[in-house]
Amino acid sequence: MTVLLGTVVAVVLISVLFIIRLFIVVKTGWKHKAGSRGSVAALVVAGSGGHTTEILRLMESLSAAYTPRHYVIADTDRMSEEKICSFESSKQHSDSESQFTIYRIPRSREVHQSWTSSVLSTLTALCYSLPLVFRLRPDMVLCNGPGTCVPLCVAGLLLGILGMKKVLIVYVESICRVETLSLTGKILYFISDYFFVQWSSLRDKYPKSIFLGRIV
Amino acid sequence: MKTVFVTVGTTSFDELIKNVTSSEAAQALKSCGYERLVLQVGRGSLLPDADSCPHIRLEAFRFKDSIAEDMKRADLVISHAGAGSCLEALGANKPLLVVVNDKLMDNHQLELARQLHMDSHLLYCTCSTLTETLRTMDLSLLQPFPPGQPKNFANFLDKALGIQ
Repeated sequence: MTVLLGTVVAVVLISVLFIIRLFIVVKTGWKHKAGSRGSVAALVVAGSGGHTTEILRLMESLSAAYTPRHYVIADTDRMSEEKICSFESSKQHSDSESQFTIYRIPRSREVHQSWTSSVLSTLTALCYSLPLVFRLRPDMVLCNGPGTCVPLCVAGLLLGILGMKKVLIVYVESICRVETLSLTGKILYFISDYFFVQWSSLRDKYPKSIFLGRIV
Repeated sequence: MKTVFVTVGTTSFDELIKNVTSSEAAQALKSCGYERLVLQVGRGSLLPDADSCPHIRLEAFRFKDSIAEDMKRADLVISHAGAGSCLEALGANKPLLVVVNDKLMDNHQLELARQLHMDSHLLYCTCSTLTETLRTMDLSLLQPFPPGQPKNFANFLDKALGIQ
């Protein structure tokens, strides 16, 4: 009986601690100056098609301080790898050596996939995301909407909750979203540190979001 | 030679292809001075022959690795409402007429086309109003579409992350 009670108390305590940590990590992210050491290791989630085009437009504007750059693409995506490689080779960095790698993980959600099977495949994707993010320990995750970014952001969040490393989550909603957030956006709105939207109507609906006009 | 480029992206949109190559639509285009019609028909079942439209020079293909060249050579782009196609045409500074597929259920892709129409960056019609729109359209009313400013994003992030 005492063992059972002890277990229950332990589980409750751990859960409470976990929630408190989650709250602290999410609420204090904006204070975290990841770039003060001079460079920011970035994990960039490229989706497919339009998502990849948009995120590469953003990457184009970032300075060489965002090094190294780890790109993650869905394993069913053929086009993105080509786009990333041609983008990186065209990027003129002062340090001449371009530092980037591409990783593949299973896609967490295909377009039009049902909810139940989405949950299952997202869990599978999480199994791949956790070891990847724990190994790379990026300073930030930059993503813009493909389903693949949810498990990667959750893995980043977990690093923070466990006190191993604060991983900033930077989300940029696609230019296509004028009135409503994407499903990914709705989820990441709560755990991202910087949440960008590109239409003022979304900024009005989501007060935590950052609106700088059109940025892609 | 003044050229119209019609694109349906990766979708199929037979109704648009059928309507834009109809005798009435071709005549409307011709009276606006367009002499060449290039069709990118995607997965559609219609792939019109070069001689299927008597009023205008016609070329058709399904897919290409890049349609940037076709966009560049066009004087008018007629597109489905897909965000990628709209942004590519506007990015190339081309007058754009978006034809909405009203047979499809409302999807989020329409959001962008509708907003860009409200901001006068593009014209907007359905297949049934296509010919009428081609007859009466005034492209000079369209507003230029300035490119997005990723630099604003980079500056914000640099400051937020404490990068010198």
